[in-house]
Amino acid sequence: MEDSRLLRIFIPALVGIGFLLLWEFLVRFYGIAEFVLPAPSGIAVSLVDNFGSLMASLWVTLSITLTAFFLAVVGGVGLAILFSQSRLIEMALFPYAVILQVTPVVAIAPLILIWVGFDRVHLALLILAWIVAFFPILSNTTLGLRSADHNLRDLFRLYGASRWQVLSELLLPSALPYILAGMKISGGLALIGAVVAEFVAGSGTSTGLAWRIIEAGNRLEIPKMFAALLLLSTLGIVIFFGLSWIEHRLLHRWHESALKREG
Amino acid sequence: MTIPLIDLQNITKTYDSGTLALQGVSTSIAQGSFVSLLGPSGCGKSTLLRILAGLIAPSSGHIHWAGEDGARPSDIGFVFQDATLMPWADVFDNVYLPLKLRGKAPKEVAPQIADALARVGLSDFAKAYPRELSGGMKMRVSIARALVTRPPILLMDEPFAALDEFTREKLDDDLLALWQAENWTVIFVTHSIYESAYLSERVLVMGARPGRILHDVTIGEPYPRDRTFRATPSYIQNCAEISDALRHDMGV
Repeated sequence: MEDSRLLRIFIPALVGIGFLLLWEFLVRFYGIAEFVLPAPSGIAVSLVDNFGSLMASLWVTLSITLTAFFLAVVGGVGLAILFSQSRLIEMALFPYAVILQVTPVVAIAPLILIWVGFDRVHLALLILAWIVAFFPILSNTTLGLRSADHNLRDLFRLYGASRWQVLSELLLPSALPYILAGMKISGGLALIGAVVAEFVAGSGTSTGLAWRIIEAGNRLEIPKMFAALLLLSTLGIVIFFGLSWIEHRLLHRWHESALKREG
Repeated sequence: MTIPLIDLQNITKTYDSGTLALQGVSTSIAQGSFVSLLGPSGCGKSTLLRILAGLIAPSSGHIHWAGEDGARPSDIGFVFQDATLMPWADVFDNVYLPLKLRGKAPKEVAPQIADALARVGLSDFAKAYPRELSGGMKMRVSIARALVTRPPILLMDEPFAALDEFTREKLDDDLLALWQAENWTVIFVTHSIYESAYLSERVLVMGARPGRILHDVTIGEPYPRDRTFRATPSYIQNCAEISDALRHDMGV
């Protein structure tokens, strides 16, 4: 058990180190120019040199991502609860939620930017990241709220449970695995949304990691591009594992998806 | 003389799909009795049970309950074919559910819950989660939950059908012991002739399309019954009588 866990960390780490060494070697051996492909060591140096500005940008992207994600969870779960209480509201609103989802965010971005104003780019980025992150939470929670066992529903009725009791004691716990799965998707999408939106905004007033990449690209500072990219990936990984950890904490006692199987 | 607890008059149920699930079901069920509803799939026995529980309304007909206003008692225990436990809650919280929904604080009713668990033999499993229990144990939790409010009537919808024979016989015996101790009225839906003849004072044999009562068999043997009862001539004769009624209806 312990062995296999160690292997699961050790083997990918070994592959990663091997890959970096090979990369470093090839760049040096063939003398590849830095503006084509920088060596890992060059990227590391750039990361250290630009640490201050990159960290400030990381903070901007992180705060937009997390705020959008938080609002997506609140909005998505809230709207799904509303849907579960009234079939009429669901019928009226769900198609529009779908439209919001299927319209590519890149296509909406210029419009949002104009409406919100270029002096408030952060707000526009937040809205765009929210649009992308919102739907998986809404659709998963809606599905989850409907998935409650029908016999348990009957039982709640038999015992005269109120609407609120049915929601809090039956529907929401039943939906929890679905909500968490939706959150895992949305966490990644919020980051993607924040980055894509910043690319579209493309002006100097936004200062997230995506802007650092554009800026470095324009100046042919390729190592800095890679450094920003590295931070973005790290951010995505941290978000994913953070949400996986929360999921495990909440579900491991009872849900099939989080159970360890013997043998 | 036994008092009728439930008086069913001409109960008919037609589903929206047009299926005639029950037609003209009339009978009365005595206080404290153990009655089985037995029949093939589609004979409306589960529908009848759900009508008694108030989960669905009959299309026509009337049910009169003993009591001043003739209305259904607010406290009815119901056991489903599946244990129907909340997987996210431990055994204690599952049994606590009916009381929680009535606004009782857990501290206030903890002895009541402990007592219900003791009666089904699960005192040591209060902190266990449903997934950690066997099928038979889950069913016991389900029974504990049904009896924790001390209801006068227990409705059971093929409760042990999904269990293996050995576990089922054990639970049958435990159920009989509980029934005798608690002075419940039990209405037990099953499709097993042997189970119905073993458990019940009365077996209502039902036929399908449309669902109706074909035969009303009284099992006169006294309680307590145990394994030796299954070998008595009267038990075998009762099984044969029930079986004949079913065969006659199915035309075989």
